[in-house]
Amino acid sequence: MNFKHKFVFLFPGLFVLIGILIFPIIFTIRLSLSGWNSYTPEMNFIGITNYIRLFTDDPRFWESFFRLSFLSVTTVILQYVIGFALALMVWREIKFKRFFRVIFLIPMMTTPVIMTVIWRTFFHESLGPVNDLLGNIGVKPILWLSDPVIAKFTVIIVEVWQWTPFMFLLLLAGLLSLPKEPFLAAAIDGASPFRKFVYVTFPLMAPISIGAIIIRLIEASKIMDTVFVLTSGGPGTATETSSFYIYIKGLREFQMGYAATLSFTYLVIMIISLTIIAKVLTKLMIKE
Amino acid sequence: MKTIKTCVTALISALLVFSPVAYADKWSDQFPHIKTTGDIPGECSYESMSKKDYSGKTLKINTHAVPVMGEPTALHAEQFAKLTGAKVDVTHTPAGDLYAKAMVPFQAGQAPYDIVFGFSNFINDWRRYLEPVPKKYVEMKQMQDVTPSHIGVASWDGVMYQFPVDGDRHYLKYRKDVIDNPEYQKQYKEATGKELRVPQTWKEYGEMAAYFNNWDWDGDGEKEYGSAEVMKKDDLMYAAFYSRSAAYSKNPKTPGGFFFDLETMTPLINNPGFVEALTDWVAATKYVPPGGINFGLGDEIGSFGGGQTLFSFSWDDAFVAAMQPDSPINNKVGAAQLPGAMKVWNRKSNSWDEGFNQAPFFVWGWAVGVAKKSKEKEMAFDYLCFFANEANHQADIGIGRFGVNPFRNDDFKAEVWTQIGWDKDIAESYVDTLAKMEESKNRVFPLRVPGTFEFNAALATAAAKALAGQLSPQAALDEAAKQWNDILNRVGKDNVRKAYSVGVAMEDNKL
Repeated sequence: MNFKHKFVFLFPGLFVLIGILIFPIIFTIRLSLSGWNSYTPEMNFIGITNYIRLFTDDPRFWESFFRLSFLSVTTVILQYVIGFALALMVWREIKFKRFFRVIFLIPMMTTPVIMTVIWRTFFHESLGPVNDLLGNIGVKPILWLSDPVIAKFTVIIVEVWQWTPFMFLLLLAGLLSLPKEPFLAAAIDGASPFRKFVYVTFPLMAPISIGAIIIRLIEASKIMDTVFVLTSGGPGTATETSSFYIYIKGLREFQMGYAATLSFTYLVIMIISLTIIAKVLTKLMIKE
Repeated sequence: MKTIKTCVTALISALLVFSPVAYADKWSDQFPHIKTTGDIPGECSYESMSKKDYSGKTLKINTHAVPVMGEPTALHAEQFAKLTGAKVDVTHTPAGDLYAKAMVPFQAGQAPYDIVFGFSNFINDWRRYLEPVPKKYVEMKQMQDVTPSHIGVASWDGVMYQFPVDGDRHYLKYRKDVIDNPEYQKQYKEATGKELRVPQTWKEYGEMAAYFNNWDWDGDGEKEYGSAEVMKKDDLMYAAFYSRSAAYSKNPKTPGGFFFDLETMTPLINNPGFVEALTDWVAATKYVPPGGINFGLGDEIGSFGGGQTLFSFSWDDAFVAAMQPDSPINNKVGAAQLPGAMKVWNRKSNSWDEGFNQAPFFVWGWAVGVAKKSKEKEMAFDYLCFFANEANHQADIGIGRFGVNPFRNDDFKAEVWTQIGWDKDIAESYVDTLAKMEESKNRVFPLRVPGTFEFNAALATAAAKALAGQLSPQAALDEAAKQWNDILNRVGKDNVRKAYSVGVAMEDNKL
C-alpha cells in the first residue's frame, strides 16, 4: 500500500511551522547580514560586519547581557523559594485555603505594564507613598529608581511580585499530584516535617521544579516591559537588559540590520545556556 | 434726510465693526474651544473649512499620545470632521516610537497614515517620503506670520516639508515670588555674599538652586528643591544637555559648527566646553528633587508646574502649565533666556575665551508632514492648515498640556497672553524672552543629519552614565565622541557633512 499521500496531511502543520518559526529566523539571519537603517533602507549585503561590530566594539550589549543574567537568575530563585513556600502553605489543610489560593494568584492576572506604572508611582522618590511611609518611621528617602544598585533591586521586587504566582501555581499543581504513599510511610517512620520536606517532598517535586524554573528563566530572560516602564534602563545604563537594548537599537535608533544581529546572537546564547542550565539542574536535583 | 443718512451710516459702520464678532460667535457657539477669539477669517478658518466637502473620505493620522500634541490633534480632527464631513482616524503613539512607526511603512513603500507627527529634527530622514507643502499653503497669510527661524526648521534647502504647528525653544523658568522677594534677596546675600537675581550664568543657577534646595521656602508645609530638569535617558534628555552646553561651546567667533567641525567633521562634543556643561549637570543631581535623575519631560512639567522647584529649563509647556488658572503657582513664575557662561571654548585657539556668552537653543518642535504616497493629500493639508489656523492656534497656545508653543510673530505680543489671564509683567517678560531668542545671532539649531537618532542616543547614554556616576564627564563624552566617529564612518562623513551644512548655515546666520 502506498502511504505517500499521508504526507499531504502534514503540509498544513509544516506550512504553519515554516511561516511562524522558520521564516522569521531565516529573515532575521538575512537581515543581520545587511546594513538596513534609517539612511540605507534596503536589504543590502554587508557580510559579517555587524557580527564583528558586536563582538569587538559593543561592550554595552555584553554588559546588558550579564545584567540580564543577574536579574533573571535572582528573580527566578526568589520566585521559586517564595512560590514553593506559599504552595506548601495552601497545600495543607488551613482555614480560608481557597481564598488564599485566589489572593496569591492576583498579581499574575494583572497586566504587567499597568502594574509597573503603579509600582513606579509607589517608588517615586519624592511623590510616592513608599518613601512617605518610611519617612513616618524615621527612615530617610530611599533612591528606589535613581541609585544604580538599588534600582536593580527595585526591578527584582516588581518582577518577583508579578511572577511568583506563576511559580506558585505550577508548584501547587505538582504538590497536589504527588502520591500519598511516601508521605504515609514517612509519617509511620515518625519523620519530622523538615525531614519529610527534605527527603520526600522536595525530591518528588524535583521534575516539576526543574520545569517551572526553566519556564520562568525563559520568560525572565525576555524582561522588557518592567524595565521599559519602571526605569527605562536607567539610571545611566544600570538596569538595561538585552531585550531593552535590542529594542533601542532596532526601534529607537532604527538600526534594523544591527538589531537583527543582536537578536540572533541573543537567541543562540539563550538556547545554549538554557540547555546547559536544564542539564545542570537535572543533575543536581534528580537523584537516580 | 440728514438723520436718515446718519442712521444708515451708523448702521453700516456698526455692521462693519461688529460683523466679525457676530461671525465669530456663530462658530464659537458650536466650537467652545475658540470662545476667546471666535473664528478668525482666513483661508483655513472655520468658515472656510465649512465650505469644503470631504464626505465619504477618510483621513488617517498618526500623532503623539495624549495630551501633548495628541489632544489638540484629536480635538481638531473632530472639529474638521464636523465641518467637512470627512472621517478622521487618529492613532496615538508614544514619543519614542513616532519615528519608527512612520519609517517602517515609509521604507516599505506604504502609506498607512496620510499625516505623520514627529519632531522637526526627523526632517532629513523623512523628507524623501513627505510631500512638500504646496505653494498655496506656503503663501497663505497665516504662514506669512511664522517666524523665519521656524520656517527654517520646517524646511530643507528652501523646500518646506513640515507644516508649522509648533515652535520650540528652551528657556529658563523661575519662581518670581522667590527671586524677587526682598527678604530672600537679603538672606541670600548674607549667606553667600552674592545677589539673588535671575541667574545670568549656569554657575549662578547652580548656586541659587543649591541654596534653595530641600527646605520649605514657600511655606506650604512641603519641602521644595532647586531645579527640575529632563535627566532621564531616552526621554529627550540630550536636548537638555545641549541647552546647558550652548553657552560654553557656541562661540560666535568660531562659526562652522556646534556639534561637529564642519571642515573636518570632528565631533566637538567632548571638548572642554561640553565637559564643563556636563560637570555642571552632574552637580545638578544634588539639587533636583528626590528621583529627579529619572525625570522625563512630563515629570519636569509636573514638578516645576506644581511648585516643587525654584528653576526649570526646557520647552514652554512647564511655564504655560504653571500659568494656568488652576496652578498653585499661577502668576508666580518668570521667564528668561537660558543662563550663559563667563567663558566659552574657542576650538580654533584651543583655549577659553573669557567674557559673557549666551546662546539660545531652538531645540526643534513638533512637526508634521503629509506622506508622499497619501491618496488624500489635499484633505491632509487642509486639515493641517485648519489645525494651525489663527483661532485654533491662539486657543491651543494657552493650554500647557497641548504642547503647542509660539511660532508666529503675533504670538510675541503680550496682549495675547494677558487676555487669557496672565499678569502683564509676566506676559511681557515671556514674550520678551522669546523675541530676544529670535533676534539672537548666536543660536543653536538641532542636529538634523542622517542618523540623528543614533547621534543623540549615543550622547544621551554617555550623559546618563555621567549623571548616574558610572563615568566621569570627560570619560563619558569621550565615549560619546568615539561612538559619533563610528556612526560617521557608517553613514559616511560626506553625507553627514552635506546635511549638517544646512544647520550650520542657519547657526551662522547665512540662511
